[in-house]
Amino acid sequence: MYDVAVIGAGIVGTSIARELSRYDLNVVVIEKSSDVANGSTKANSGIVHAGYDAKEGTLKAKFNVLGSEMYEGICRELDVPYKRNGSLVLAFNDEDLRHIEMLYKRGLTNGVRELEIIDKNKVLSLEPNVQDNVVGALYAKTGAIVSPFELAIALAENANQNGVEFMFSAEVVKVYKEKDIFTIETSQGIVKSRYLVNAAGIFADDINDMLGGEKFRIIPRRGEYCLFDKAVGGIVTRTIFQTPTNKGKGILVSPTVHGNLFVGPNAVEMERKDDVSTTKEGLDEVLRGGSRSVKGINPRDIITSFTGIRATPDTGDFVINVPTKNAVNAAGIESPGLTASVAIAPYVVSLLEEQGLKLIKKGSFIATRQNTKLFINMSEDEKREVLSKNPTYGRIICRCEHITEGDIISAIRRPLGAKSVDGVKRRVRAGMGRCQGGFCMPRVVEILARELNIPLTEVKKSDEGSFILTGKTK
Amino acid sequence: MMGGEKMKRDLVIIGGGPAGLAAAIEAKKNGIDDILILERDKRLGGILQQCIHNGFGLHIFKEQLTGPEYAQRFIDEVEKLKIEYKLDTMVLHLSENKHIAALNPKDGIVEIDAKAVILAMGCRERTRGALNIPGSRPAGVFTAGAAQRFVNMEGYMVGKKVVILGSGDIGLIMARRMTLEGAEVKMVVELMPYSTGLKRNIVQCLEDFDIPLLFSHTVVKIHGRERVEGVTIAAVDENRRPIEGTEQYVECDTLLLSVGLIPENELSREANIKLNPVTSGAYVNELMETSVDGIFACGNVVHVHDLVDYVTEESYLAGYGASKYIKGEYVKDETGFNTKAGFGIRYVVPNRINPKNVKDRVNFYMRVNDVYHNVDLVVRDGDRIVYKVRRNHVSPGEMENVKLSKDVLEKVEGSELIFALEEVAK
Repeated sequence: MYDVAVIGAGIVGTSIARELSRYDLNVVVIEKSSDVANGSTKANSGIVHAGYDAKEGTLKAKFNVLGSEMYEGICRELDVPYKRNGSLVLAFNDEDLRHIEMLYKRGLTNGVRELEIIDKNKVLSLEPNVQDNVVGALYAKTGAIVSPFELAIALAENANQNGVEFMFSAEVVKVYKEKDIFTIETSQGIVKSRYLVNAAGIFADDINDMLGGEKFRIIPRRGEYCLFDKAVGGIVTRTIFQTPTNKGKGILVSPTVHGNLFVGPNAVEMERKDDVSTTKEGLDEVLRGGSRSVKGINPRDIITSFTGIRATPDTGDFVINVPTKNAVNAAGIESPGLTASVAIAPYVVSLLEEQGLKLIKKGSFIATRQNTKLFINMSEDEKREVLSKNPTYGRIICRCEHITEGDIISAIRRPLGAKSVDGVKRRVRAGMGRCQGGFCMPRVVEILARELNIPLTEVKKSDEGSFILTGKTK
Repeated sequence: MMGGEKMKRDLVIIGGGPAGLAAAIEAKKNGIDDILILERDKRLGGILQQCIHNGFGLHIFKEQLTGPEYAQRFIDEVEKLKIEYKLDTMVLHLSENKHIAALNPKDGIVEIDAKAVILAMGCRERTRGALNIPGSRPAGVFTAGAAQRFVNMEGYMVGKKVVILGSGDIGLIMARRMTLEGAEVKMVVELMPYSTGLKRNIVQCLEDFDIPLLFSHTVVKIHGRERVEGVTIAAVDENRRPIEGTEQYVECDTLLLSVGLIPENELSREANIKLNPVTSGAYVNELMETSVDGIFACGNVVHVHDLVDYVTEESYLAGYGASKYIKGEYVKDETGFNTKAGFGIRYVVPNRINPKNVKDRVNFYMRVNDVYHNVDLVVRDGDRIVYKVRRNHVSPGEMENVKLSKDVLEKVEGSELIFALEEVAK
């Protein structure tokens, strides 16, 4: 019997799990996929939004601004790369100018600090590769970038370190309540819990239906992205937005925390929730859109492209409510959800408390989590030190990102460590570079098989079914 | 002694594949004793070690060898000549003044100041990302070389029903290999109206196994959530854009990509070596020296070769060049001329010739930019024809080469030697 079961191990579920791990509670996180951050959290823009965008008075506005303020501290506590690079919303005509003026005022109302409207010359002096027909911009100095999946992994690890259990490859098929106890039937067996949190991302409406909460629907909206080589990562230093339309924030051009550049996303409503494919039209749209803002975007420099799915609620705002007694929905957390999630977590916990969950702070709670430092990021002294203890740090496996065997082994052995090729990639970047695993993937498969003590044919790219090898040769 | 090892060496060769081995041997034979080869894999021989098919060595040894056999001849000679090498060693940094930082599990970080450096890092395969193929991102999409490593080195199959995109040589070789291992290779799809691989591979690897080769087609979408379930292919127009209405679904569990190779010049960029945007490799001169004094380059890191025999020849030259440089017998003056690719030629290597340094002759390597029949390959010094040869058939997949002797090169008067196709009837 658990005190709280959290459904979903994306950025929302892991934030809530980590928040709950401060208290003397038995908590379990139930995740459909084989790893943390395997849904929308792994494929989004990775932007910590300043908070001028969401309409005044909405939950989006409230938690965006709160989250933005909290981010740097949380990333520091959890040893996650975060960079306050600032963001610009470009205006190309009078109408755009009026719009950024409105955003500026909205930002002030929402409580965003360090907002400024700047003229063309200032824009071009800050970002010389912005298209010359720009006429002005809204400059938000508090805009930042983060690695979303690394943050979710860090939150999960820290929660786990503080006693939270995780169930993976456990899809929730049925939930019912008897005498104030939730019975959660999953593909990995039955879980019983006194309280329940629905953080199931694009499937949160299905869970809400199981709980009998007031109806809402998640309308999946695809966003396609192109990721570029680090060689062009410096085209812009700030995150470049276009003036928003009713379809979204437009196509962004932004550096990533690791020095790549990305362009995207578009916004296309979809029929199926699990279709993460990209399309020719979508990728073309993204590249055209990016080039409207920034010069020098060349498809030759693309190293990969991907699709993320927004969990857009049909209510127009985040759905954070009580679907049935002793349960809380944290649903429809679309943009600025990544930013908001860290502020949503304590609010969700307070809603649980209102319903009777006893919160007793644990003296043993460890607030900080230290990531394994990658060999490439170590000082010369640290490198020598680690090499003297562990020669596997002297073997480069991923040539593009200079990731060593020691780095990969450590990613596998960490709490909630990597179990798949993609898991390794998201934890230590092996395969994230310009050759996209062409050289290192066979080596990573070997290391995973050895470390997990499984045959090579059992090693997966990601979830169940994503096998890499089909058998031995003749 | 973990880390912090510092040394000075006469010649450091980065890469122990066919290029690095040949360069080392030739430098040693020309009197350089202090040589160190740095190889990132666990053995010497480079990519040849996974090329277990034969067809290597026809030019150099006048016999057909497998990749490992070809490599072994050079490895044996390196051993015999007592040339030092470090395996499992990755070069992390190279500077313009020939300072090298390398890493391996045994020595940790090794720092070397070299009198001369030969770059022999080879090339890597273009990936799905570089092509930006739309669709999902399941397991089962491999570069042909990664698949070759699994099949030939580890003994594991990567799939059962295979579609191959690109008719590059590795893809063609893997079509045969996968078939022999019991997989069904459904087709090879080639974007261009001609093959980018060798004619002999098309015959021996596809035609002999009745594997269809579709020209002017490409993969427009990848299907499957966890593992590849199929691909959509389509015909392309003359601008290589998919033609609407020609889409066709092909069921498969594996997509192999053989869509081109890119010289691996990350270290060259770091050392401020000038690269040719056409080849993605360094500009080199008559002794395979790059734009940086004392840094030479050879093999696929300079331009992608079709036959390893040519890599060997070119690398002998780089080894010879580096030995001349170290011994101070290398003339650096303004004498000489540039080479230029004229009509029908995509590039020529080397790019600059000072005839004073040429030993006997220079072998110029080039690729044409399209398929042509019955053409003259002509080398001109201004209006004067220096060399001319009739060719019945030329194709971008097969490298052309022209040998010009030292005395011919000494007679060049202009500032440019132009290589072009003439009398072209396409």
